[in-house]
Amino acid sequence: MGKAELPLHAPGTKVDRGYIGQSVPRPNAARLLQGRGTFIDDLRFPRLAHVAFFRSPYAHARIKKLQFEKAIKSPGVIAVFDGPKVAEYCTPWVAVLAHLKGIKSPPQHAIAIERACWQGEAVAAVVAESRSQAEDAVQLIEAEWEELPVVVDMEESLQGKQVIHPDFTDNVCFKREHDTGGVDEAFAKADVVVEETFHFGRHTGVCLEGRAILADYNAAEHSLTVYHATQAPHMMQDIFSRHLGIPEGNVRVIAKDVGGSFGIKVHVYPDEMATAAISVILRRPVKFVADRLESFLSDIHAREHRVKVRLAATKAGEILAFDMDDLTAIGPYSVYPRTSGIEGNQVVNLTGGPYRHQKYRGKLNVVFTNKNVTCQYRAVGHPIAVALTEGIVDLAAQKLGMDPAEFRRKNLIPDDAYPYTFPSGIKFEKLSHLRTLDKLLGLMNYKSLREEQKHLRAKKIYRGIGLAAMIEVTNPSPAFYGVGGARISAQDGATIRLEPTGMITVMCSVTEQGQGTEGIFAQIAASAVGVSMDKVKVITGDTGVTPYGGGTWASRGAGIGGEAVLQAGRALRSNILDVAAAILKMDKQELDLSGNKVINRLTQETKMPLEELGRVAYFRPDTLPMDFQSELTVTRHYTPRQYGFTFTNGIQGSLVEVDPDTGFVRLLKHWCVEDSGTVINPMLADEQLRGGVVQGIGAALYEECLYSPDGQMLNGNMADYLVPMSAEMPDIVCAHVETPTMQSQLGAKGIGEAGTAGAPAAVMNAVNDALAPLNARVTAMPFTPERILRALGKV
Amino acid sequence: MDHALDITLSVNGVQVSRRVAPRVHLVDFLRDELGLTGSHIGCEHGVCGACTVRVNGEIVRGCLMLAVQADGCNVETIEGISDSGEARDLQKAFHEKNALQCGFCTPGMLMAAQDLVLKNIKPTREEIREHISGNYCRCTGYQAIVDAIEEVIQAEVVHGKG
Repeated sequence: MGKAELPLHAPGTKVDRGYIGQSVPRPNAARLLQGRGTFIDDLRFPRLAHVAFFRSPYAHARIKKLQFEKAIKSPGVIAVFDGPKVAEYCTPWVAVLAHLKGIKSPPQHAIAIERACWQGEAVAAVVAESRSQAEDAVQLIEAEWEELPVVVDMEESLQGKQVIHPDFTDNVCFKREHDTGGVDEAFAKADVVVEETFHFGRHTGVCLEGRAILADYNAAEHSLTVYHATQAPHMMQDIFSRHLGIPEGNVRVIAKDVGGSFGIKVHVYPDEMATAAISVILRRPVKFVADRLESFLSDIHAREHRVKVRLAATKAGEILAFDMDDLTAIGPYSVYPRTSGIEGNQVVNLTGGPYRHQKYRGKLNVVFTNKNVTCQYRAVGHPIAVALTEGIVDLAAQKLGMDPAEFRRKNLIPDDAYPYTFPSGIKFEKLSHLRTLDKLLGLMNYKSLREEQKHLRAKKIYRGIGLAAMIEVTNPSPAFYGVGGARISAQDGATIRLEPTGMITVMCSVTEQGQGTEGIFAQIAASAVGVSMDKVKVITGDTGVTPYGGGTWASRGAGIGGEAVLQAGRALRSNILDVAAAILKMDKQELDLSGNKVINRLTQETKMPLEELGRVAYFRPDTLPMDFQSELTVTRHYTPRQYGFTFTNGIQGSLVEVDPDTGFVRLLKHWCVEDSGTVINPMLADEQLRGGVVQGIGAALYEECLYSPDGQMLNGNMADYLVPMSAEMPDIVCAHVETPTMQSQLGAKGIGEAGTAGAPAAVMNAVNDALAPLNARVTAMPFTPERILRALGKV
Repeated sequence: MDHALDITLSVNGVQVSRRVAPRVHLVDFLRDELGLTGSHIGCEHGVCGACTVRVNGEIVRGCLMLAVQADGCNVETIEGISDSGEARDLQKAFHEKNALQCGFCTPGMLMAAQDLVLKNIKPTREEIREHISGNYCRCTGYQAIVDAIEEVIQAEVVHGKG
């Protein structure tokens, strides 16, 4: 079947796209709107036991003694476990990847053995009949500690005077240097060199639903069913299987409704592994839900970076080279199985990304510290790379006396230059930087904004306009994790079945975290098969049901899972027409499927409703030819392979007003133009962008995990750790340019992380643009009122 | 369960009596004792708003009120205002505008939004944002939520309910 037969558009044509490109409401949202979803904590099981963890109060300490006598006698307590006991059932892990050369990390146990390496690390587990009884008993655990030297500062960690792990000789987890050559020469001949050091605060995901797991071991079957708030059910199936010693086929992971993920729920957490092991030990269902305080201490953190960057340019405004040195601290362990080397690695890959300079040097050091672990969180490395790039680009424009928009236009990779290999080695299939720039400037009414800004400055009203161009990794191939030895699937699969009543059931390995996966899969499947959306049921998040696949991460759901659904839908449509041809005794080529009916392709006349076809195929196959067997369930898989990643591009604009007396930043408006290829549902795509932008604004202005010099987290609660709330957020204008990827039939690239990738840079540049007439500048996120007032010399 | 107290209250129009420990939050009581799991627990310190329920007509944080304090009260939850049809317009607007993603904040957000609808005023967008600023949503960026609430309130005004 050729492409033109699809009810989907081929690039540049205007054939009917079915539901593709329509803002259809998500069918699965209805239950959530009535509070009738099923999050882990909503499940009710007989004999369910609850776990609460005794966590280290020290950032680094030897466990000299743990006494459980009083805890065990506490009402409702079933058992209390320490690290060695749980280790009998759960093997430790080491989070390294072969393609991150030299990366190292010590073995990590589900519950700490001998030594705790961050404040909040679990060192004992109490199991009781209720969570409150388990928490009561945690208070009765008596521990003796020997405090060990604490390393919290990443510069000190890099110097390595105090080494955290006794088996290592330094604190470096991973380092990398990428050099095209010719960088020093480029800087030597440059007319203009600008240099800056940026700091990025450590922050975290703050999913509204805490991490949650309910593990149910069946001793008779030696099987484990895990209800898990996760983004990657198959990855977790593999991990539970290997570390608990249960055959893969006996492990089933089910992810029902998940209350926000953003990368937080794609990692292996020691307390969750302990919960699964405890279910095996106790032979009963066991639940753990992280409360808000322990979420701050044990959900992965992200983005603690210090980056020095230099840019060389000619006086005509041509960028010649970038030179970057990133130092990032990841806590005491690299996080399993993705490792904590990836974020910094991405910064090296992506710095300078939108521009056409040819010389680039990127240096990275990833070091251990005695703080909570960090790992991949929404937009992984992009917010750092985009902010340091766009920050230094603005500084260069300022020094050259050029308008930042025009400076970018001069240096962005032209839209006709593709395919293009970037100096860091990454390859772009096709991007649209200049089209997105033009669209953004039009949307913003950039020129009048500049005039208004000038006018208001005369009245001592300090408004700033910030731009941030970006590239983004989406739809990763096996080059991201698989080649490094991680059992993380880059492919996904979809099964579609025609039901006897003419409905179709879609089962896909990409999960729903609220982003609308199930909604767009319904749109794609309905369009590909030829049925209306009310005839489609989508099932995700169950390793016992769906094909094997990677799940939700790296903006891959639409581009990879969506393509598998499309191909399965096309195949099912073809198989349905085979059945129709057999029933109607017509040539298959004469028939088509549209609006839940088999029709005559030429005359569009209805030949048979799908319901009738289903009845015959399933209940009266005796009426079909002897040698004919209908195949009304099909499965297709898709793996992106031509490029390491399907890059997207986009650009954001921010308008802010800074009050120089209070240091407060008021967000007036935000714009976002994104090219994510084929847009399947503009309403959902815009919501992904807006939600992502607001998370990026959180990083820029509010969010930071603060630690004391002895490694105590100081603001681990929602009153002290500020997240964006509705009153401070601006309206966000979204628009799209569509350059479909030619690697797939669907043409979709990812969009889920774009907002978060670009917003911090746009806001930073806007704040600095506002502060420019006051000769002040901020470079350490988040830009709190205090930091702005310090920059202004007022405190 | 020392010193447990007997309480009787109306929950979504149904009278219930239970013996509860004084330390049990109202939201834990609703979820664990009554199986009304639509009210969610997000922070347990009164910041996120996921546990917002209505007690005697006023919205409260279910994590900051004890179940024993609700003795004799009329408590309404998302399940109640869904089944009675009270939240229908808001739910429809939230659905059509995709004013939810993961849906964990949504019940609390709807309780807060319905409180504004019932106030019979014509709020500006800024006032809508202010009214729901005690309800944390990590997914949406809030704009679609504001749009949905604004649409419902405007329609109420047009239809003479306001």
